[in-house]
Amino acid sequence: MDFNYLTWIVFLPAVGAILIAFIPGLSGRAIKWLAAVFAFVSLALSIYVFAIFDRSLAGVIQFEENFSWIPAINAHYHLGVDGLSLPLVILMSLLGFLVVLISWKIDLRPREYFAWLLLLETSILGVFCSLDLLLFFLFWEIEVIPMYFLISIWGTGRKEYSAIKYVVYTLFGSAMMLAGILSLYFTTGSLNMVEIAQGGLAMIQSMMPAGAIFLLLLIGFAVKLPVFPLHTWLPDAHTDAPTAVSVVLAGALLKMGGYGMLRICVSIFPAVAREYGFILVILAVVNVLYGAAVTLRQNDLKRLIAYSSISHMGYVLLGIFALGQVSMVGASLQMFSHGIITGLLFAMAGLVMHNAGERDLRKLGGLARQMPIIAVIFSVAGVASLGLPTTSGFAAEFLVFVGSFSSTTVAGIQLYTILGVIGIVITAGYILWMLQRVFYGQPLERFKKAHDADILERVYMFIFVAVIMLVGIYPAILTDVIKMGVMPIVRLLGG
Amino acid sequence: MVNFELLLPELTLAGTAILVILLDLIIPRKGWLAVVSLIGVVVAGGFAITMWGGSSQAIFNNMLAVDSFALFFKLLFLSIAFLVILASADYVTKFSRFQGEYYALVLLSALGMMLMAATAELISIYIALELASISLYVLAGFLKDPKSTEASLKYLLLGAVASAVLLFGMALVFGFTGKTQLGEIAQAIQSLSLSGVLASPGLILGMALIVAGFGFKIAAIPFHMWVPDVYEGAPTPITAYLSVASKAAGFAIILRVFYSAFGLPSWLSLDWGLIFAVLAAIGMTLGNIIAIPQTNIKRMLGYSSIAQAGYLMVGLATVGFSPAADIVGRSGLLFFLASYALTNLGAFIAIIAISNKLDSDLIQDYSGMSRRAPLLALALTLCLISLIGMPPAAGFMAKFYIFSGAVKHGLLWLVVIAVINSVISAYYYLRVVKVMWLGEPASKAKVPSSIALRFALSISCLGVLVLGIIPGYIMKLAELAAKMFTF
Repeated sequence: MDFNYLTWIVFLPAVGAILIAFIPGLSGRAIKWLAAVFAFVSLALSIYVFAIFDRSLAGVIQFEENFSWIPAINAHYHLGVDGLSLPLVILMSLLGFLVVLISWKIDLRPREYFAWLLLLETSILGVFCSLDLLLFFLFWEIEVIPMYFLISIWGTGRKEYSAIKYVVYTLFGSAMMLAGILSLYFTTGSLNMVEIAQGGLAMIQSMMPAGAIFLLLLIGFAVKLPVFPLHTWLPDAHTDAPTAVSVVLAGALLKMGGYGMLRICVSIFPAVAREYGFILVILAVVNVLYGAAVTLRQNDLKRLIAYSSISHMGYVLLGIFALGQVSMVGASLQMFSHGIITGLLFAMAGLVMHNAGERDLRKLGGLARQMPIIAVIFSVAGVASLGLPTTSGFAAEFLVFVGSFSSTTVAGIQLYTILGVIGIVITAGYILWMLQRVFYGQPLERFKKAHDADILERVYMFIFVAVIMLVGIYPAILTDVIKMGVMPIVRLLGG
Repeated sequence: MVNFELLLPELTLAGTAILVILLDLIIPRKGWLAVVSLIGVVVAGGFAITMWGGSSQAIFNNMLAVDSFALFFKLLFLSIAFLVILASADYVTKFSRFQGEYYALVLLSALGMMLMAATAELISIYIALELASISLYVLAGFLKDPKSTEASLKYLLLGAVASAVLLFGMALVFGFTGKTQLGEIAQAIQSLSLSGVLASPGLILGMALIVAGFGFKIAAIPFHMWVPDVYEGAPTPITAYLSVASKAAGFAIILRVFYSAFGLPSWLSLDWGLIFAVLAAIGMTLGNIIAIPQTNIKRMLGYSSIAQAGYLMVGLATVGFSPAADIVGRSGLLFFLASYALTNLGAFIAIIAISNKLDSDLIQDYSGMSRRAPLLALALTLCLISLIGMPPAAGFMAKFYIFSGAVKHGLLWLVVIAVINSVISAYYYLRVVKVMWLGEPASKAKVPSSIALRFALSISCLGVLVLGIIPGYIMKLAELAAKMFTF
C-alpha cells in the first residue's frame, strides 16, 4: 500500500483549515468553495476506500499505516480501519462535506468558522482512524477547541454557557480516560489498541485492577455518548450550537463514545464487560425511556431533537453491552443510521428556524403550505427516526432488538430489551406530534412570507435521504463490513 | 589542576555581564546593550552545546558537576534568558535609567541558575542560589512604582527567610553526616542502620527544612505567598523570567540534592516522595481554585504557575517512588520543564506585546483582541491551551509523559487528582480565550508589536507546537540528561 489513504482522508480538511486561516484576502465565497473542495476530496477518498475494502477478512486492519512517532514512550503514528471504524469514517466525511453546504449562508466571520469546522472534521476522523491510544486521545482532545469556538461564537441563546459546559464535561471525561490510558499503558507496556486486545491477559506486566481501568475509560466514553446521568451537556450544546455544528455533534461526535466503548472497553476488557454488562444495559434502558419521556415534554424544536438523541443512543448502548454479535452489529449500524437521520433532522430544524424565524413548537404551525419540500423531507427524517421499514432506522433498531433479545451473555436481557422496545412507541409519539405541530393545522398569518428550500438545500437533502433509503433497503452494504469488525470482539468474548 | 574549559559557558556569561555594564557607561544607544547580551548568551550556549555528549566530570574538588543533566539545564536557562532579553528590548525603554544594569542582572541571575544546576555541594548550592535570587530581587523592583517596589521588598524579605530556613536545614544535614558534598552525604546516610537514623530525627528535620527552602523557589504551596504580588508588580519580562527560569532552577537543585544525597535507602526516598506527592496535590488544587476569580492576567498566571509547580512535583514524587535506576520520573520532569518554559514564556511575551499598547493587565481589557491583533491572540490562545494540557500543544505531551511515570510507580491516585485539576484549570484559561475571541473590542486600534517581540513569540510558539507534535527528540535529550551521575 503505497498511497496513505487514511492520512489524506484525515488531514485534508486540516490542510484546508490552515489555508483558509492564513491565506490573506480571501472572499467569503472563496472560503466556502475552498472548504467544500477539501471536504469533498476527503469524502471521495473515503468512499473509494470503502469500495476497495476487502470484505472477506474478519478482524484484519486494512489500509494500515504504522510509523514510530515518539520512541521514548513507544507511541506510534498508527492509522487503520476495520469494520468497526470504516462506516464511521464514511459517516464523518459525508457529514463533513454536507455541513459545509449547510453552512453556506454563514456570513459572520466566515474565515474562522470554516477553519474551525474543517479542523473539527479532521479531529473526529482522526479518532476513528487511530489505532494508537495516544494518537486516539490526541485527536479526541483536539476536537474540544473547535467545538468551543463554534458554539460560543456562532451559536444562539445561552451559547457561551453551553459551550463552556460542553468543554468542562468533555474535559472531565477525557481526564478520566487519560488516567485509564496511562494505566493501560503501564499494565501492558503498549499503546497499540489492536495488539492489546489480541494479547489479552498475556500482556499484563504489572497488576492493576482491570475493573478500575475499564471504569476510567468508560467514563470518558459515557460522557460523549452520552449515558445517563452524564448527559446534561447534550441538550444545551445541541440547542445552542449553529445548525451545521448540531449536525456534526449529533451525527458524528456522539459516535466517538460508542466507538470507543466497542474498540477499547469491550475489546480490551471482555471479561469485565461480561461481568458488568448488565449495569450498562440497565443504564441503556434508562437512557431510552428517560430520554424519550423528556423528549415528549419539549417545546423547542432543536431541544426536542437533541433529547431524542439521548434516547437513540440508548439503543447503541443496549446493543453494545448485550454483547452478542448481532446486537453489536446493530449498535454499529444504529450509530451510522442515527448520524444520518439526526443530521437530517437538525438540518431541517435549522431550515425551519431560518425560513420561519421561529423554533418554539407552541408558536409554529401550518408550515406545510409555505414549505412543502421541507415538510416532506422533515417527515421522511422523522419516520426514519422512529424506525419505519425501508429506512436505515428500521434496519438498525431491528438488529439491535433481535440481537439483544437473543444474546446469552447478559442475564435478564430479554426483559431489558422489551423495556427498550417501548421506547419506539414513545418515539413515534413525539416525532409525529412534532411534525403535526410544525407543519399541519391552520396556516398562520405571520409565516406567510416563509419560503421553501432553495436549490443548494435540496441537493443536500437529497443526499441525506438517498443514504437513509439505501441503507434501509440494502443494509448489507454496511453490515457486511461491520460484521468483519465485530467478529473478533465476539471471539474475545467467548460466545 | 582545574580544567577551566568546562566552565566556559559560565565564564562567557559573567564576562558578558561585566562588558554590558562597562559599555553602558560609554555608548549612548542603549539598544546595542541588548544585542551584546544576546551575543553573549548565544556564545555561551554554543560552548554548552559543544560540551554535550562528553563524559561526566567534576571540578573544584567535586563541587561542580559537569554532566548532561547540568548541561540540559544550562541550555534551558540560556534559551530562557535569550527569549527574555528579546522580549525586554522594547520594555526597557520604560526605565529612565539603568538599562545596562537590567541586562547585566538578567545575565547574572542566569549565571546563578546555571551554577545551581551544576553544584553538588551544599555551600556552593547556597552561593549559586543567592547569586540568582539577589539579582532577581533587584530586577523585580526595577519599575520603581509602588507596586513594583512592594513586589521587590516582599520578594526580598520572604526570600531571605527561605534562605535562612534552607541554611538551617543544610546545617542540620551537615551536623548529622559531617559532609557537605552530596555524594559523601549519601554514603554517610547509607552506612547507617535504620535504627541509627531513627535515633536522630535531625536528618529528617534537615530534609524537611531543605524542602521548605527550595519550596520557596519553585512556588510550592505553602511557600507561595510571594507569588501573586511579585508577579503582578514586577516588570512583565521579569515576571516571565521568574515564572520559568527561577522555577526550573529550583527543580534542578531539588532533583540533584534529593536524588544524589537522599536517593537511597529506598524507605528514605519513599518518605520524601510522599512529602512531594502531598505538596503536589495541595499545590495544584489550591493554585487552580484561587486562579479562577483573578481579574489581572499576571496574577492569574501567578496562581497558574503555583498549580504548574504542583504538576511538576508529581514528577518529583515519582522520582521518590521509583528505584534509583529508573529514569522515567526525572526525564518526565525535565521534559515538562522545557515545555512549560516555552509555553509560559510565549504567554508572557504575548502579554508584554498587548500591555505595551493597552497599558493594562486586566483580563477584561483583552476583549476583542482577536480582531485588534489576530496573531497575538492566536499565539496567546495556543499557549493557554498548552497550559491546560490539551493537544496539539506541548503541555499535553508534558503531562502525558510526567503522569505516565507516576502511574507506573503506583501514584494513580495523584494522577487522578492532577487530571481533574487540569479540567478545573481549563475554566480560567479558557476565560481569557473567551474574552479575546468573543468579546467586543474596546477600540478599533490595532495592537502593534515590535520585530523583537514577534521573533521571540514565534520561537516560543513554534517550540510549543514542535514539542506537542513531534516530541521524540527532546524526550530523548531529557532521557539522556536524566542519567545524572553522582559521586
